[in-house]
Amino acid sequence: MNQILILFAHPAMQKSRINRILIAPMQEHTAVTFHDLYAAYPEFDIDVQHEQRLLTEHDIIIMHHPMFWYSTPAILKEWQDLVLQHGWAYGSSASALRGKRFLNVLTTGGGEQAYSKAGLVGNTVRELLVPIERTAILCGMHYLPPFVVHGTLNMSDVDATRHAEDYQRMILAMRDDEIEWSKIADCHRINENLDDVLTRNGGSQNA
Amino acid sequence: MHDGFFYQAFIYLSAAVIAVPIAKRLGLGSVLGYLIAGIAIGPYGLGFIGEEGEDVMHFAEFGVVMMLFLIGLELQPSLLWRMRGPILGMGGLQVAVTTGIIMAIAMIAGLTWNISLAIGMILALSSTAIVLQTLNEKGLMKTDTGNTSFAVLLFQDIAVIPMLAALPLLALSATNAVVTSGDDHSTWISGLAVWQQTLVVFGAVAGIVVGGRYITRPVFRFIASTRLREVFTAASLLLIIGIALLMSSVGLSPALGTFLAGVVLAGSEYRHELESDIEPFKGLLLGLFFIAVGVSIDFNLVGDQPGMILSLVALLNVVKLIVLLILGKVFRMGFDSNLLTAFALAQGGEFAFVLFSFAIQEGVIPAQTAAPLIAVVALSMAATPLLMIIAERLILPHIGTPERDEEREPDEIHGENPVIIAGYGRFGTIVGRLLTANGIGTTVLDLDADNVDMLRKLDMKVFYGDASRHDLLHSAGADEAKLIILAIDDTEKTLEIVHTVRKHFGHLKIMTRAGNRLESYKLLDAEVPHVYRETFDTSIRLATDAMELLGSHPYQAHRAAMIFRRRDEADLLELASMRHDPGAYITTARERIQDMERTLTNERENPGEQRDVGWDSESLRADFGESATD
Ligand SMILES: Cc1cc2nc3c(=O)[nH]c(=O)nc-3n(C[C@H](O)[C@H](O)[C@H](O)COP(=O)(O)O)c2cc1C
Repeated sequence: MNQILILFAHPAMQKSRINRILIAPMQEHTAVTFHDLYAAYPEFDIDVQHEQRLLTEHDIIIMHHPMFWYSTPAILKEWQDLVLQHGWAYGSSASALRGKRFLNVLTTGGGEQAYSKAGLVGNTVRELLVPIERTAILCGMHYLPPFVVHGTLNMSDVDATRHAEDYQRMILAMRDDEIEWSKIADCHRINENLDDVLTRNGGSQNA
Repeated sequence: MHDGFFYQAFIYLSAAVIAVPIAKRLGLGSVLGYLIAGIAIGPYGLGFIGEEGEDVMHFAEFGVVMMLFLIGLELQPSLLWRMRGPILGMGGLQVAVTTGIIMAIAMIAGLTWNISLAIGMILALSSTAIVLQTLNEKGLMKTDTGNTSFAVLLFQDIAVIPMLAALPLLALSATNAVVTSGDDHSTWISGLAVWQQTLVVFGAVAGIVVGGRYITRPVFRFIASTRLREVFTAASLLLIIGIALLMSSVGLSPALGTFLAGVVLAGSEYRHELESDIEPFKGLLLGLFFIAVGVSIDFNLVGDQPGMILSLVALLNVVKLIVLLILGKVFRMGFDSNLLTAFALAQGGEFAFVLFSFAIQEGVIPAQTAAPLIAVVALSMAATPLLMIIAERLILPHIGTPERDEEREPDEIHGENPVIIAGYGRFGTIVGRLLTANGIGTTVLDLDADNVDMLRKLDMKVFYGDASRHDLLHSAGADEAKLIILAIDDTEKTLEIVHTVRKHFGHLKIMTRAGNRLESYKLLDAEVPHVYRETFDTSIRLATDAMELLGSHPYQAHRAAMIFRRRDEADLLELASMRHDPGAYITTARERIQDMERTLTNERENPGEQRDVGWDSESLRADFGESATD
């Protein structure tokens, strides 16, 4: 069973609609640690030792956040700067994170077609996340395609709940190794066609 | 030996102490317990108490007066104004229609119209004492049932005044009745002309309003500043007794007068203190009153004509019940609350005793007609708690709508705040202002009368009172609140309050202010989880600014302060646990201080070593120095 760490960052949960729905089922699964960074460090006083210990204890690291300015909310940047220390996370002798899997789970205000060559944004989400992908790879982790919920601004609660169910299915499948890791790599986003990448067992059991 | 004061007190108290807990345990409610206790010790029970029960009843009626004062305290005038619809509509119609129907029945039974009208008026009244006490105990006061019952009862209390005036006029057929004959009830003002009487009555009411507004406050403040609790209690009692005397002397109902005084004082800072001072007296006197009602039931009479008396009780209940049910329907009450209200109000009231004896004196109703009716009223009062139980347990579950409770409107009469702040000096004010500014309601208690007065002038809702008294916390809404913040500057007192809160309001979270390290330890020893040293954060801010003034980069100063704070708070917890061992304490304290200095020095001089290492590129340069060009 894989241990999963969700590093969640949303600075204004009282205003959140979609992420609130997405995280609702995440607090209660064994082997899944839900870690709300803004709640833990309201003054950005990130406890580096604690964070490094958490990273060591988990096999799959997820950064879950809304897209802010084609990037992450500020605390995730602070987290990377402070926690991914040279000599511990990367560098010629560092190995703490080597071999772990890493992915982003994110929500975007813009719709899916905006995030394409021909779209309004002109870049894919994957392209915009390149700094994080590079960081993960530098630390020796396997970077997986993101789980993206597009078009949050006028999304209905019903659709959001459907995404929350997919999110949960993905998390549980990853935990129980019921996902085809080799197949994922080719996805644009993992939830493009979730049923295709979940193995028989994982797909039906948690549907 | 039967007339010793202590003997009587002993009998009454033992009856109450035995009967009430048993009744409560059986789910019958305290009122029924008291009534049964009264019957048991009365002339037809064990015979411990004889005729003197009557006198006790008159004395104990004062409990009703106190109860109305307390109710008034909870009612802001604006709220009362908003309730004028139900009071006049539902209340007025209830009295009018019930009077009419009972009068008709009495006439059919062969009584003359004037006697019938008098009986109708008297029996239209319900029992404020029994209804409110029962509803309170069942937690129904804040519901529709509670509001409507209260409105009807209030109207009835007001209606007593014109009834007292009207009864003598009904004596026209009685040969020997002279309007001025009722010496007992006529007062000095009955010698005055009608316009003078009216003037006196209005003067008395105006006196209560004006006096309550402008005189009680400075007086209470003066008394409160002596910090003698019993003197304040004495003053509260004095206020109520004074008003009651004033009201009776001008021929008004004392209950109404104190109710008015309560309303006037509802916005006052002494509200919670008054409430908790009067509450125990009210409780005891009401209990005594219920016992006295039990004692006074004339079972001889009942025994002589059991069939007639019991069918009259049933008739009275049914008539009132039906009238109330129809009115509730007309006023669009929900089915369940309508039913409960009707069952609650279906009895005769304590005013009936007063009015009957008055009517007998005035020659309106012959004594032999009134006697069985008095027994009927007493029995119907005793039946109320039973009827309520029947309505709640037997009727509602079958034909009621079970979810009603959930959709009921949020309550306005008692709307209490989630936070109680004890102590509103330099510390508490800042806490309170920040919370209030963010829409979190706070109820504030302070023991310094001058301070309370000052804050009131600044339009802050602050109440005078000692937060270590559990009854005061209760009136301040501790049952509903979630958090209590102890912001007073006296650790012993804080500990006392912590103790009280733990004992009586276990659900309340506690946050405390502490003066210094030593006081923090005491609080931590008492296992208070949230302790705040009053000067700690300010000192840290000053030190941070000092570093800046001396040229440190502001952000570095800020980070240093953050480390310091976190470390020091962790140290505080550690040291608290070993402070009783002086040797270990000193050693550890010294170590911790050195640790802290080392941490911060390292941070400054040798940034690779301790914190915020991620922002450091020294080792990066060493590791990747040569290939840094890509
Ligand atoms: C400061 C800020 C920056 C944002 N930047 C982007 C952006 O660059 N691209 C985008 O598609 N949506 C952007 N959004 C929209 C958020 O991604 C969107 O509100 C969020 O996904 C909704 O999730 P929530 O309901 O949980 O808050 C931004 C929102 C905020 C508040």
